[in-house]
Parts: sequence; C-alpha cells; structure tokens
Amino acid sequence: MARKRYTQAINDALFEEMERDPKIIVFGEDVELAIFGDTRGLLERFGRDRIRNTPICEATLTGMAVGAAAAGYRVVLHMMFSNFLYTGFDAIANQMAKLRLMTGGQLELPITIMSGYGGGRSNAAQHSDTPHSLLMNLGGVNVAVPATPADAKGLLKEAIRGRNPTFFMEASGRGGDSGDVPEGDYTVPFGKAFVAREGRDITLIAIGTMLKPTLAAAKTLEANGISAEVIDPRTLVPLDEESILRSVRKTGRAIVIDEARDRCSAASHIAAVLADKGFSSLKAAVKRITVPDVAMPYAPNAEAHVFPSEERIVTTATATARAA
Amino acid sequence: MTTTQTNTAPTPEQSMALYERMLLIRRIEEKLSADAAAGRLPGAVHLYIGQEAVAAGVCMQLKDTDWITSTHRGHGHFLAKGGEPRAMMAEIWGKRTGICKGMGGSMHVADVSKGILGANGIVGGGFAISVGAAFGAKLSGEGRVVVCFFGDGASNQGVFMECLNVSTLWQLPVVFVCEHNHFSEFTRAEQVTSGEIVNRARAFGIHTAVVDGNDVEAVWNATAEAVARARRGEGPCYIEAETYRIKGHMEFEKELLAGGKYRELEEIEHWRRRDPIDRWTATLLKTGVTNAAALEKIEARVSGIVADAVAFSESSEPADPELVFSLMFAGQRP
Repeated sequence: MARKRYTQAINDALFEEMERDPKIIVFGEDVELAIFGDTRGLLERFGRDRIRNTPICEATLTGMAVGAAAAGYRVVLHMMFSNFLYTGFDAIANQMAKLRLMTGGQLELPITIMSGYGGGRSNAAQHSDTPHSLLMNLGGVNVAVPATPADAKGLLKEAIRGRNPTFFMEASGRGGDSGDVPEGDYTVPFGKAFVAREGRDITLIAIGTMLKPTLAAAKTLEANGISAEVIDPRTLVPLDEESILRSVRKTGRAIVIDEARDRCSAASHIAAVLADKGFSSLKAAVKRITVPDVAMPYAPNAEAHVFPSEERIVTTATATARAA
Repeated sequence: MTTTQTNTAPTPEQSMALYERMLLIRRIEEKLSADAAAGRLPGAVHLYIGQEAVAAGVCMQLKDTDWITSTHRGHGHFLAKGGEPRAMMAEIWGKRTGICKGMGGSMHVADVSKGILGANGIVGGGFAISVGAAFGAKLSGEGRVVVCFFGDGASNQGVFMECLNVSTLWQLPVVFVCEHNHFSEFTRAEQVTSGEIVNRARAFGIHTAVVDGNDVEAVWNATAEAVARARRGEGPCYIEAETYRIKGHMEFEKELLAGGKYRELEEIEHWRRRDPIDRWTATLLKTGVTNAAALEKIEARVSGIVADAVAFSESSEPADPELVFSLMFAGQRP
C-alpha cells in the first residue's frame, strides 16, 4: 500500500500495463504533455509508436480506435473532457458498440476510452458534463466510474486487459484526492460494487465523484442518529444489482447520488432496478440526487446551486429515513 | 491527374480472373435483385451493379492479409476481396450460416479472415476505421495495406478531411478509393458536392489518380501503383474512379419515391452502353485473350456458384436469436 493521488494511480496503471504488454498503444489530444497528468511521462518511457498526440479530430479518433483494435492492438484513447465524446460519438455508438454483434463475433475490440467528467470547477457547460448514462444506453460498452485512487488503478488495468470497449470515466474534480493504493499488479473486477460504509437505516448509492460528499454526509447523518450504508457501484456496465438489492433488503430505504442530469441518469436506472426487483423491501420512495436538467452554469454560486451537495444528501436522506 | 507509365497490365490469367470476379458480383446481385422484388429477402439491399470494375480492379491487387473497409453498397467489395458467396448470401437471407451469423445482414457483411473489416451502414463510417487499421499496420511493420472504399456522397463527411490529414501526417499505408457513382442516395452529386473531390486529396500533397471506373484495367493499374507506394511506406494515396450506379440507391426505391424521380432513363441507358463487364469482354475477345466458348464456360461456372449459394441459403436454418446476448460482448452478458 502507498498513499497516492487519483491521477498518479492512473498513471501507475498505464505505466505498468504498457510495460507488460507491447500491444498497448495510447493516443489522443495532448497526451504527450498530459494536462490531467494521467499520461505524463509515458512518451519518454515508451516513445511515439506507443503514445502519440493526435490532431483535434474526435470523430476520427474514436473510429481509429476501432480500426487499430481490429488490427490487433489494445487501444487506450484519451478523449480529454467527456464532452468531447459527443463530437466522437458516431464511431462510439455506430461502430464500437455494435461491431462485435454485427460481425457475428468476428471482431473483438479491446479499447479503453478515458475521459474526465464532472463539474464543480467553473469549467462551464461544455467541459462539465457527466455523460455516463448515454454510454450505458449503447449496449455494447462497459462503463467504469472509479471514485478512489485504488479503484482508478484497479479498474483501469481491468479495462485495458479486457476484451470489450470500456469507458473509463475519470472524476475530473478528484484528480488530487489521495488514498491508499495497492502496489504492483492490482485489478478490480467489473460488476462488483464496493460497500464504502456499512449502515442499517438507509442505503446511499454514490456514483463516481459523488462518493466523497456522500461519505461526508453519512458522517453527519450518523451524528444525527441515522446509520447510512454507502455503496459505490464502481462500474455502471456491468452493474452489480445484487449488492445494491442486498443492502436495500437490509435498510428498506435508498437514495442514488449521481452527477449526471436527472432524466435517464444512472440514478434513474438504479431507481428503476430497485422498483422492479426490490419493491417488497422498500419502506419509502427511492430518491435521486442529481443535477437538474439544465446545462452546467459557470458562476461558482450558480454551479453550487445545481450541483449535488453534501447538504442536499443529508436533507434528502433525513427525510427518506424518517418517511413512514 | 497523375499519370504514370505502368508495366502493371494484367496477365491473361489475371485478366480472366478479373472478368470472372466481375461476373460473379453481377450475377449474384441480379439474383438478389430478383429475390428482393419477390419479397424473399428480410431487409434492404443496396446493389453494386455497374460498379464491378472498381471492386475487382482494386481488390484483386490485394493480399488476404491486406484490409479493406467497405460501404453500405458492399457486396462487390466482399466478393472481390475473396469473401465466400455462400456465406454472404446466407447472411443476406438472415441465416445462421451467414458470415455474420445473420446478425449483420447486407449492410454489414464482413470476413475478417479475408481482411474484410466490414461493409458499413454509416456513410463515411469506414474512413476512420481504415486509418486506425493503417496505423496498426504501420506500427506492426508487416507491410499490410488498407483500402478504404467510399462514395462521392461520403466525401462530404467532415471525417474525410480529418482522415486525409492524419494519414498524411503519419504516412499511413492507406489507399482511399472514391467510387464516384454520381449519387448520394437519391440526390445527384452536383447538387451536394462542390468542386472536384480529388482536389480535396491533392490539398494534402498525396499521390492521386483519377481513372475511368468502368475500365477494369485502368482501375487495376492505378491500384497497383497506389498499393506499391503504400507498401513501400510512402503514405496514403487517393484514387477516384468515375462510375455509375445502374440500380437505385436501394431495391424497392420506386415504391418509396412514390413517383418522384432523380434521373432520366436515357442517362441510365447511356451508362449501360459503358458497362464495365461488356467493355472488358470486348477487350478480351479483341485481344484474343479469350473466346466465346471459354466465356460460356465461365458463365456456366458462375451460374453454378450462384445457384449453390442460393440453395445453401434456402436450406439453412434461420439465425439463432439467442446470439444477440452472447455476441454483444466478448465473455460477458449484456
């Protein structure tokens, strides 16, 4: 174990995997200098055949990832901000997510797409989105949402070694957060949720960036006499429904905290799963704490107004825990 | 136009192989046209009739280890690159014996073992895939070449410019083959395409050739040069082959257009007189490479292949619907 920042954990995973497998290549806009710090140093170690800056042409980059994977490479494509997935979405939705089925299983696409998501830092509407639910809806791609440095390392390694396209959603605002990270070869399996805190009265399902304010809220709730269990799904596709249901069978109450816009968010999907498969355990309506269906504003006070906060989590959880 | 004195003219054997491949594409598609009209095919088909010289002239310059990306009008590319007629026909019929197990259909025929990375239902969808594959080919250093087939319609997708840029910048072994068939679906090229498409490629300073796409020897020669350059590591090339889509954008379009019209019969007749197979037949007869009896034998052989593919498709079991769950991911349920 070592204390690492989230970004450093990602960087470690890339170094270790590229060292292990010469078929891994990394490309994207500005990956050589790495504005997020996550790909820093790879060029000096591995050279431009393994990591390379591309032109700004997202529609081509996502399609190239498909072609290079078809050519036998394990591709790590860095798309910088998640909003840029939109400009590259054709090949994501029409090729990457569908080619395996369309070709009758002939093509296997080991692709990892990294991108930073989330608001809270006045990056304004075009650099603050949390588009994981769009990806969840495609069918043929995995979606990983690591919340901690350890999971960032473990899930990234798992993604790179996997046989399917995976979106590795980097919590932009968590890059500097520190945590204990196992050294060396450490992977986290997909579809296995993490119980970040045990509790009896209510289940708080926190996605990605939302784990930190949710854990803080759980402490406050504890002081107020409410014992909250906090679950981090870690991957949204595949989703560990069983761990979520098991917790809700115990607590009977659930809130999903998600930085995506509310409509058709990961939160609304998980709420639907609970309504469908956990209905008999529920003592209160499942609540969602999300960003309202608006574009993320720039001004810090306006952004804070729509952003899921610790305070909102405490208020909603208190009401849900006390609902008859 | 870049003209090059070539010594790449097809040998008599190659000439006959080009002929037979073009004829196979034509006869298979005539059968598909008839079956579409009879309502026997589950989905739409976009036929390649009239453009066979491009697929044959290009693909027969390639090795099995070379890759192609194709278009929604992909049957010709599939067959020309060595795809099995049976497996393609069964795919179009939606059978489990199809090359994609009935999961892709006409617009997605692919045979990775033959380097056919797939037909594509998205116009321009093959550009970036071919550039990515060419990037892989370059990194591997095994001398593979990638051919990206696309139409004049796809040339108006912005990703075309992006791909010319990246492939030139990184000197990737990709040959962009523009089949200018004069139509973007149901719209004439002159209504939607400005300037000469070849000039878009010339802007990047790469090798370009504009050829008569209904002259299989011209296509063959231009491809020989382009592929040789790409294989030598000299970067991308662009070939524009002018041809004509004899059939509509898709079978059944008359019904869809409900009396609407985007071209005149005289124009189609004009191009029928420039039919690539008829022209090549005349050349082969005139130069004494073949004779009527030999051509009849080929016709009979091709008829046999078509009949066999149809019988195979008819007698095959429908697709296994459960495959949608096992094929979506590798080693994982959706």
